[in-house]
Amino acid sequence: MSDPRVPEPVLEVSGLSVEYVLDRGSVRAVDDVSFTVGRGEFLGIVGESGCGKSTLLFAIAQLLAPPARVDGGSVRFQGTNLVGLTDRQLAATRWRDLSVVMQSAMNALNPVKSIGAQFKDALRAHGVRRSDEIAARSAEVLRMVGIDSAHLRSYPHQLSGGMRQRAMIAMAMLFTPELVIMDEPTSALDVVAQRSLMVQIKELQESLGFAIIFVTHDMSLISHFSDRLLVMYAGQVSELGATRSVFDAPRHPYTQGLLEAFPSIRGAKVPLKGIPGSPPNLAIIPNGCRFHPRCPMAFDRCSEQAPDLYERDGSLVRCLLYDDAAAGSATQQAGGRADA
Amino acid sequence: MRFILRRAGFFLVTLWAAVTLNFFLPRMMPGNPALALVGKFHGRLTSQELVSLENLFGVNTKASLPVQYVHYLGDIATGNFGTSLYFYPASVSRVVLDAIPWTLGLVGVTTILAFVLGTGVGIVSAWRRGTWLDGLVPPVFVITSAIPYFWVGMMFILIFGIRLQWLPYTFGYDPTLTPGLNPAFIGNVIEHAILPALALLLTTIGTWILTMRNNMVTTLAEDYVRMARAKGLPGRRIMLDYAARNAILPNLTGFAMSLGFVVGGAILIEYVFDYPGVGYMLLQAVENEDYPLMQALFLLITVAVLVAILLADIATAIFDPRTRSAG
Amino acid sequence: MAATTATIQPARPLGGQAARRLWRAVGRNRKATAGAVLLLFFCFLALFPGLIAHDSPTAEIYGRSMGVSAAHLFGTTAYGQDLFAQVVWGTRQVLIIAFGAGLASTAIAAIIGVTAAYLGGAWDGVLNLITDVLLVIPLFPLLIVIAAYVQNSGTLVLITVLTLTGWSYTARQLRSQALSVRSRDFLEAARVRGERAVYIIGVEILPTMTSLLVAAFLTNALYAVLFASSLQFIGLGDPNATSWGTMLYWAENNEALQTGQYLWAVAPGVCIAALGTAFALLNYAFDEIGNPALRPVRKIRSKRVRPARS
Repeated sequence: MSDPRVPEPVLEVSGLSVEYVLDRGSVRAVDDVSFTVGRGEFLGIVGESGCGKSTLLFAIAQLLAPPARVDGGSVRFQGTNLVGLTDRQLAATRWRDLSVVMQSAMNALNPVKSIGAQFKDALRAHGVRRSDEIAARSAEVLRMVGIDSAHLRSYPHQLSGGMRQRAMIAMAMLFTPELVIMDEPTSALDVVAQRSLMVQIKELQESLGFAIIFVTHDMSLISHFSDRLLVMYAGQVSELGATRSVFDAPRHPYTQGLLEAFPSIRGAKVPLKGIPGSPPNLAIIPNGCRFHPRCPMAFDRCSEQAPDLYERDGSLVRCLLYDDAAAGSATQQAGGRADA
Repeated sequence: MRFILRRAGFFLVTLWAAVTLNFFLPRMMPGNPALALVGKFHGRLTSQELVSLENLFGVNTKASLPVQYVHYLGDIATGNFGTSLYFYPASVSRVVLDAIPWTLGLVGVTTILAFVLGTGVGIVSAWRRGTWLDGLVPPVFVITSAIPYFWVGMMFILIFGIRLQWLPYTFGYDPTLTPGLNPAFIGNVIEHAILPALALLLTTIGTWILTMRNNMVTTLAEDYVRMARAKGLPGRRIMLDYAARNAILPNLTGFAMSLGFVVGGAILIEYVFDYPGVGYMLLQAVENEDYPLMQALFLLITVAVLVAILLADIATAIFDPRTRSAG
Repeated sequence: MAATTATIQPARPLGGQAARRLWRAVGRNRKATAGAVLLLFFCFLALFPGLIAHDSPTAEIYGRSMGVSAAHLFGTTAYGQDLFAQVVWGTRQVLIIAFGAGLASTAIAAIIGVTAAYLGGAWDGVLNLITDVLLVIPLFPLLIVIAAYVQNSGTLVLITVLTLTGWSYTARQLRSQALSVRSRDFLEAARVRGERAVYIIGVEILPTMTSLLVAAFLTNALYAVLFASSLQFIGLGDPNATSWGTMLYWAENNEALQTGQYLWAVAPGVCIAALGTAFALLNYAFDEIGNPALRPVRKIRSKRVRPARS
């Protein structure tokens, strides 16, 4: 499963499951998710709202709060399993090696502290105490994202939306971590600002060499920047592979449906097709494949057997169509479509 | 700054409303109660005192209502509240000024204590959610918030004053002592203040704890708290600097709002303990139909609450940078 | 905040459905059930006092200041009245005031709060100003002053006075809630259909605020009980009425504590506290029902995390 280019992955998620413990029983928001992220790699995670991608991110960063809890699996970051460690045990690694960028900077930045004060908090928490060092580093990261260091004195509400997001990214760069986890940081911006922010992020990545896990629902945006794509559905990995491969030749019917819903600027005008129905209520998961009620290519076995991840041309697909063990009429039927 | 000005404007409006209420209430009641009063005291008052009484209540004047109102406002503005009827011949201002230090001491100190302690317990209780401390806090204080203030005072008198005889429970000090700034007197004052202060503290602290806890719980779910965890900040810093600082902001305004209830509680506690403060005087005035005194005390209490609210607003402006810019 | 479910928002939460969900939520919440049971107990006392206490509460026919006995469960007052009967019969007046003032002030608060939110603009500003002014003027001294002028307030006067002064706090709460509902789609639909403001407020907005309205009623009822008994205690109620507050008034006047007649002061006080607790518990429970973030969190003991399957 690990990328043959790099010897040791920065992050190795194995069988991670997250459940929400509610009054009426628990609900699994993330079910048995596994993937790796290599050094300097850009992994995009896409999916609809509610598919569990944000929960997955928080689970990786050990930022879940009750009633959510990690129910199984491991998260090996640079060799150490983060699951089960307390905040105190995690404190040393946090931010220095692993930082987080959230969706809305307005919500993620403390409204009553200046930007500079929040940078200072992080720096001091990791041993940088001299005020000249703090000032120098703070100004430096702001410069990286194109913000004047005078804004260190500003409060979050005094900055524009785009500037806030970039300030948040700058904060994540304070210790040039190995891995930066981003939860839809561009969703709150307009299209033009989105693109420029993405370009900036990519530039930072290339110059500083950190790995990124980028969660979004905007598949077309991310496909221009990511190395690999992970498609999530109903808490599970439904497809995982190199971006070009997933984007140009999607295998899972869900991925195909997602791509058909996005118009292409070039190419022939085709009628847009949405995917009928809605994602399942995770408290009542359908039997067999979770996608089968909405799948245009579902066949009999789909409602009985839950598919594993099957390998096909370097990608992983959770679909019975690619279950080579089940030869016969099913593959014949789907054969023509799979390479569309 | 504009924010402060706007609030100050609001207070002037409220003050005006209170003053106007004071003016119209006795005139609105069936059978002007002041009329009987004036009749009762007619022989004993000087003509000047009589006139001011009439101005306050609008009896026996041939002046029209608007003219009365203007006179009334003039009197209030110059601090002329007339003569107290129950404490005759002392002026109302004199009675009021004598009572203020007692209330300021008792209620002022207790309220600040209740706020500080209550907020502190609320913060810790929310931070340690799911533990026994947090499980205990809500039900205990739900109950204490439902107990009438005066009854707690009565029970304290019963248990600590009468049965155990640990502390005195009437008046502000031992009347056989001569008032003065000597240690014996001051010690005696403090001794007399303990029971009423504890009663007031116990009944009012519940609200602070509960509201602060609820605010904290909501704040702890915010993204910036999660972000603070992600940065690896030490727990105490997150609790205080990120969560509490934001959670307390609505509390500051709430503090001002519930001052009204603190005032209510203080009045009852002073009554039960015969503590010679503003609340006690108010009830004395009511019992003895000393309306001039009653009016003045009502205005005083309103002004005090307004000032406290203004202070709380200034504090919010200081601690919340968003209000400063919004203006 | 991370979205965890993608349930489709219902077009408009139906009134009946909301009520049924509410009922179920009450049953499941321990605080709510305790409060409800306590409240029902007092309602029972108010409705059928004769079943519990056989003596007349006002008849001064018994021995004075007698202690606890089989004939007089709480003893007698200094006027020879049976204390137990007084406490039981007194429930009625207290509950009438609680429900009367509670419902009335909630109604006013709802009308003013929601109308202010719905109309917006200048109307909102004016209504807000009135609400805020009344909120800031200290309530208890105001009540005292009014009651002093009126002199000898019976139940109806008490309810009126409490209602006229007590609606401002909950009006504010209801207004904020109404503001957040104001921009939702089903209201736009109603406006486009041409429905009148009264219809929209009454039929579309108010039903969505059911739990908040109930919470507001409970708050107002609680304060009605506390304020009314306080007023009665200092002698501004009708001293001849049978109520817990007036009992405390007479107890204080006869120096019950100093003369060892403890139950005279303790019994009605405990009842006020108990009834108040019932309202407060229900109120707290409704806060939790309305805001799930406040619900009690079972500390999740770190279960052993299962190792990865793959």
